[in-house]
Amino acid sequence: MDKFTTHTGTVAPLRRSNVDTDQIIPAVYLKRVTKTGFEDALFAEWREDKDFLLNQDVYSNATILVAGTEFGTGSSREHAVWALKDYGFKVVIAPRYADIFRGNSLKNGLLTVELPTEAVEALWASAEADPTFEVTVDLETCEVRAGEQTWSFEFDASGRWRLMEGLDDISLTLGDEARIAAFETNRDAWRPRTLPAAV
Amino acid sequence: MSPTPQDNGEMRPRTLAEKVWDDHVVRSDGEQPDLLYIDLHLLHEVTSPQAFDGLRQAGRKVRRTDLTIATEDHNTPTDNLFTIADPTSRKQIETLRANCEEFGVRIHSLGDKDQGVVHVVGPQLGLTQPGMTVVCGDSHTATHGAFGSIAFGIGTSEVEHVLATQTLMQSKPKTMAVTVNGSLPEGVSAKDLILKVISLTGTGGGKGHIVEYRGQAIEELSMEGRMTVCNMSIEWGAKAGMIAPDEKTAAYVKGRPHAPQGEDWDAAVAYWNTLQTDEDAVFDKEIVIDAASLSPFVTWGTNPGQGVELAGTVPAPEDYTDPVDRTAAENALHYMGLEAGTPMREIDVDVVFLGSCTNGRIEDLRVAAEVIKGRKVADGINMMVVPGSARVRDQAMEEGLDKVFTDAGADWRFAGCSMCLGMNPDQLTPGQRAASTSNRNFEGRQGKGGRTHLVSPAVAAATAVTGHLASPADL
Repeated sequence: MDKFTTHTGTVAPLRRSNVDTDQIIPAVYLKRVTKTGFEDALFAEWREDKDFLLNQDVYSNATILVAGTEFGTGSSREHAVWALKDYGFKVVIAPRYADIFRGNSLKNGLLTVELPTEAVEALWASAEADPTFEVTVDLETCEVRAGEQTWSFEFDASGRWRLMEGLDDISLTLGDEARIAAFETNRDAWRPRTLPAAV
Repeated sequence: MSPTPQDNGEMRPRTLAEKVWDDHVVRSDGEQPDLLYIDLHLLHEVTSPQAFDGLRQAGRKVRRTDLTIATEDHNTPTDNLFTIADPTSRKQIETLRANCEEFGVRIHSLGDKDQGVVHVVGPQLGLTQPGMTVVCGDSHTATHGAFGSIAFGIGTSEVEHVLATQTLMQSKPKTMAVTVNGSLPEGVSAKDLILKVISLTGTGGGKGHIVEYRGQAIEELSMEGRMTVCNMSIEWGAKAGMIAPDEKTAAYVKGRPHAPQGEDWDAAVAYWNTLQTDEDAVFDKEIVIDAASLSPFVTWGTNPGQGVELAGTVPAPEDYTDPVDRTAAENALHYMGLEAGTPMREIDVDVVFLGSCTNGRIEDLRVAAEVIKGRKVADGINMMVVPGSARVRDQAMEEGLDKVFTDAGADWRFAGCSMCLGMNPDQLTPGQRAASTSNRNFEGRQGKGGRTHLVSPAVAAATAVTGHLASPADL
């Protein structure tokens, strides 16, 4: 996974709350067996509206998506994160996220920042007034800097470390192989097993 | 926070969720998230191919094929068992079959007697039992919490993590109680109850919490009803939903193919009996609901929190004080093509969908069949009945339920996720309106431009008969 320390870019102001993962990527696009190439599927239904945010040239280079609260609710589909990344977004800023979406983002190096509604409103207003308005998201200092304003955000220490180091969770966990094996030795024998199949 | 139950040498009172969590901690160091052992990993075709690819690229194996099981559900046809017309759908299913073959994972494919929606299959095989950790690359994994397990949906990276290590890194969630006092009134179901809960909390109200549903009304629910309640925990953002196991839980598991037997059964039940929230345990949050106040509940909007009593009317954006809720209501009314103030019972539908991991079990089909028996589906209404699994379908046919539905003019299908998420050909067309027993009324969820009202099986059946949202009492 790529390391994430800091990112500066322009904002796509998505004035919607409850942007669920069915909106981020409709189910018909989940049939692919690859992890990339989902950029065309991002917000596929909304993009059919020519006035939709991402169809406006001025926001075509935006790398920071700023949205309303409860972003990423619903389905666990990691394809939602892949689609956002494939499209070119590096950071999402919203007041609150669904847990699974946030976890999936962490695994893919997409930074999800929680800022209060007032900050989100301010970023929307700035990006709408001036689409070239630049915002810096700094994971090292846990700050979002935009023009004269700076907002601090909280980020789980372990997740921050893994993002900044670009660490692979599976390799980390396999470092605990001995503990996993010990746990397995002590597991209750009556716990169900899928194999062999019982009838 | 210490994961151990010992505090100064004395047992600290714990909630059900804490007990199950503590029993699965492989490592807890206070700095990293806990490393949690996973007892059962369920797989399906949509969220697993990239995970198997990851294993292959890293030269890794599936650590515990004996704790892993796959089925085909999201993408399968329901009009036949053999032909998957769409080549990309077919390829995804063939990929799952090839991956299971290569990595030695048990799979129940289309046409197999144990194929079906993954969250119906696990409990039905007796693989879902109390006090377990259950995961699946599907957010409705919360269903399995009905047995007193910690069960939650994960993304594909985590699917790969579990395949490789049989563990997951997880921060310990907070705990919440939803206590439902008293008995549900006649005609009010588990679905009505959970839709009401979500309307009270909003889609993010459960965030960061494992919720325990408790109280008389929960105890009185069947296992099927408990699964319906836990299933929709994710719709209000909860990490998981659980219900303490009791005699009903044990009776449901007993005798199923993978239920413990003999001495193992006794040992298992002895453990299950410890899975109650201790009397003095403290939840981080509690919601109390009076069951007697509940009535049939349906959604009017485009997220599951936008619900109202069937006896009510479509709300107006001005009814909401929070500007975010007001804007969401405006957007939802526009998408749904509804006028504020319209009585819910006056909303006509085009399609009725009975099925899904929320309401596709045998009890759900029985309830709907009871309502529809001797009646006809209204002219112009397409009612689709999709059993949750091949076994549910077989059982329903043994009971003659298929005949009840087809005599009424409904369409009797094969098992799968079907129109719940509109991934296979079972989809709404733009502008079509559905009463659906599924779990999500998101824009386009059941087909591009489709409009969804979430309802209980009884309301679905009555709606099919009248052509507008209705309860059996209206017939």
